[in-house]
Amino acid sequence: MAALDDVQVKEGVDQETVDAVREVGGAYKYGWETDIEMEYAPKGVNPDIVRLISDKNEEPEWMTEWRLQAFERWEKMDEPNWAMVNYPEIDFQDQYYYARPKSMEVKPKSLDEVDPKLLATYEKLGIPLKEQMILAGVEGAEDMPAEGRKVAVDAVFDSVSVGTTFQAELKKAGVIFCSISEAIREHPELVKKYLGSVVPVTDNFYATLNSAVFSDGSFVYVPPGVRCPMELSTYFRINAENTGQFERTLIIADKGSYVSYLEGCTAPQRDTAQLHAAVVEIIIEEDAEVKYSTVQNWYPGDENGKGGIYNFVTKRADCRGDRSKVMWTQVETGSAVTWKYPSCILRGEESQGEFYSIAIANNMQQADTGTKMVHLGKNTKSRIVSKGISAGKAQNTYRGLVSMHPKAKDSRNYTQCDSLLIGDKCGAHTVPYIEVKNNSSRVEHEATTSKVDDDQLFYCRQRGMDEEEAVALVVNGFCKDVLQALPMEFAMEAQQLVAISLEGSVG
Amino acid sequence: MALPERKQSDTDARLAAMTLPEGGCLAEARKAALSRVQTMGLPNRRDEYWKYTRPDTLVQADAPTAAVFDAGEAPMFDEFDRLKVVFVDGVFDAEASDDLSLEGISIERIADICDKDIHWAKDLYGVLEARGQTPVARPLAALNTAFAQDGVVIRVTGTPSKPVNLVYRHGSDSSDAILHHVVRVESGASATILENGPAASRFNKCMEVDVADGGALHLVRAQGRDHERRAATHLFARLGTESVFKAFTLTVNGVLTRNEAVIELTGDDAVAHIAGACVGDGDFHHDDTVFITHDAVNCESRQVFKKVLRNGATGVFQGKILVKEGAQKTDGYQISQSLLLDDDSQFLAKPELEIYADDVACSHGSTSGAIDEEGLFYLRSRGVPTDVAADLLTLAFLAEAVEEIEDDEIAAALVARLEGWLARRR
Repeated sequence: MAALDDVQVKEGVDQETVDAVREVGGAYKYGWETDIEMEYAPKGVNPDIVRLISDKNEEPEWMTEWRLQAFERWEKMDEPNWAMVNYPEIDFQDQYYYARPKSMEVKPKSLDEVDPKLLATYEKLGIPLKEQMILAGVEGAEDMPAEGRKVAVDAVFDSVSVGTTFQAELKKAGVIFCSISEAIREHPELVKKYLGSVVPVTDNFYATLNSAVFSDGSFVYVPPGVRCPMELSTYFRINAENTGQFERTLIIADKGSYVSYLEGCTAPQRDTAQLHAAVVEIIIEEDAEVKYSTVQNWYPGDENGKGGIYNFVTKRADCRGDRSKVMWTQVETGSAVTWKYPSCILRGEESQGEFYSIAIANNMQQADTGTKMVHLGKNTKSRIVSKGISAGKAQNTYRGLVSMHPKAKDSRNYTQCDSLLIGDKCGAHTVPYIEVKNNSSRVEHEATTSKVDDDQLFYCRQRGMDEEEAVALVVNGFCKDVLQALPMEFAMEAQQLVAISLEGSVG
Repeated sequence: MALPERKQSDTDARLAAMTLPEGGCLAEARKAALSRVQTMGLPNRRDEYWKYTRPDTLVQADAPTAAVFDAGEAPMFDEFDRLKVVFVDGVFDAEASDDLSLEGISIERIADICDKDIHWAKDLYGVLEARGQTPVARPLAALNTAFAQDGVVIRVTGTPSKPVNLVYRHGSDSSDAILHHVVRVESGASATILENGPAASRFNKCMEVDVADGGALHLVRAQGRDHERRAATHLFARLGTESVFKAFTLTVNGVLTRNEAVIELTGDDAVAHIAGACVGDGDFHHDDTVFITHDAVNCESRQVFKKVLRNGATGVFQGKILVKEGAQKTDGYQISQSLLLDDDSQFLAKPELEIYADDVACSHGSTSGAIDEEGLFYLRSRGVPTDVAADLLTLAFLAEAVEEIEDDEIAAALVARLEGWLARRR
């Protein structure tokens, strides 16, 4: 990355951080493609394509109807233009909406039947689709206790799920983990009840398009009182050219259950931009908890902004039950354009939402990302910590909403968003919306530094640090905290970013 | 691009009810402003910039009526030695005003400069307003430039011995006033301008301030207490090298107030402080919208806004710091805080940053919550009655904004008023 080599950094900015960001913005490691025979639906989108996708997934009539209604709605909608991102107009008719490897025409009954080329693809990405204990490429994994290392993976390749590991073992615990297309066939009662209940079909332009044309994705149901015995993961790979990926994820955590879910994504290096418009819905019942972690590493385009993925994603968690809890953790390093706001609807009393984000934009990347915390129930709590780093000619925007409804008495929010600029050709922006409609709730947006956790500050001060030093340590330590909160699978990506600190941030 | 149908019809309806004043030397500026209004259309509730404030009553052709309120107290700033310029329902009242001549400053009515071919104000009238229309449209300000009925142009050339006080009296229940002032502070000159009074049932005011290198202007305003009045005010300021501009606004009552401040720091080492305190009760909607652009090196800007709200009052803050490429060493500070005295009131805020330079420090804080229980307990345990303690804490909360006023005597006068109002509302 030449743009960063000769850049003058502001005094106080950690050199290690600059190096780490440079490393991230360097050569894209996942830019290769798999040479495999593909089958495409005709280019463009119309009711026939919608029917065709529904047909390929062997969906029941109600699902086809649901999709068609979404399509009808989408045709009347306008593309949103409020985000601080610029990209050439997308021709929604000039791309494929369905692409699957020929070998997936007859769905393999087990992983053993899956085309070895596909298996090799995931192997190369560091995600072996074997029910093995040790993860490739993760240093030190051999020494970890076996229990902690098991991860069930649903691998999505372009428009279809290639396979899901550990299904039998999960079934024993009562956990359903499969592709969404399988769930529509096998568990229609659950899908019917929950699909579109968090992100309605009419929610926004991209979510509505997704509702019409989603081809696959993951489905998770954790029954009451069950702590999911292993981490669940979906790995999204875009391989085909001129193809949009539209995946749909639905996670239901029933009363008193717990699940940790991880998501990773990569794509080959190409000169033309590709569209990725996903919808993730999470339903969390009483006393349940969901941890959702993302390492987003879609192809970001080259240093001149050529190619890359347009990542337009709608993610929302509905904390329906009392004392339910959701935690979004995201590390955003990829995509040419990101438009993504993982949100929490805190409906249940004492429910909690957390959002931790590190977004790094390099070269010509543009990221407009943040969260919404909608407090509806009493005693609800939310915390937002967002770190944005811009380098090269990138633009990085935090956009967020904290809303305290009149009935959300005694609720709390704490928001902190820092931005760091490396070089004088990039931009960092913050657009928070704060709406407080009762007086027993406290909302603090990046208030004074003294609002940093008092206990931690006291601890540092006790050991002889002065106040400023202590605050810096606590605040900057956070980046590392986010990374450490990431599951093992992301250790490789995380290792790269550990050096990042937000010292010298602009605001 | 054609305007949305509704916006077009609302704009047409308002414009049809107005006639462009005979402009003389300002005719061109007025015509240009009218064409800006026609292109932008007047605001409606669907505009993002009006997300939290409904502009309907500010836009509609007929101004809603508002009763004149007799507060039974002496007008603000009466105790100070000042040069009084009085407007009644938006019209200059020569008899009530002082003699406008004062050393170091020249004050002229807009009506009096119109027939002159050459006048310094001609190069400023509507110019800063037009600059302030991007990146966000402010159609009510353009409407003001086009249709302003009256106003003064003030040129500060030295250091006048006393402040100029623009007094806005409200006389008729159905008055609909549009005032436009232009202030030019010459290099090295310095002055204080005070503004007070409810002005009219509906008031649209625009002030353009141009501070030359090394100049300084202090502006303190107290928006009148009439319960039903509505106001949309715009303050456009352009600051030269090493210049200083400080503005403070106190707002109590008024059913709807939208105060926009658009400040541009164009010279190195310039300083801009914009502050406001408001106390809202019941049917009260108060909106501070501030946009500060840093376009020079080593400038400082501060935004300090405090709102005390009760009985269903609404407070809005939309603040933005834009740091342009190259505006290195910028020091930007922004704080907006609300104290909600009961559960019906609300605070809606959008504290925004847009930064294109890497060696800057910008902070933006926003908090909202009830009165501090611990503070209340502390005072009560020392024998202070609950309501007195609550007032003390409320005043302490407002203090950070009031402290932004440079002149201690003026600040003390405002605090005394606040104390009185709070005590009477117990």
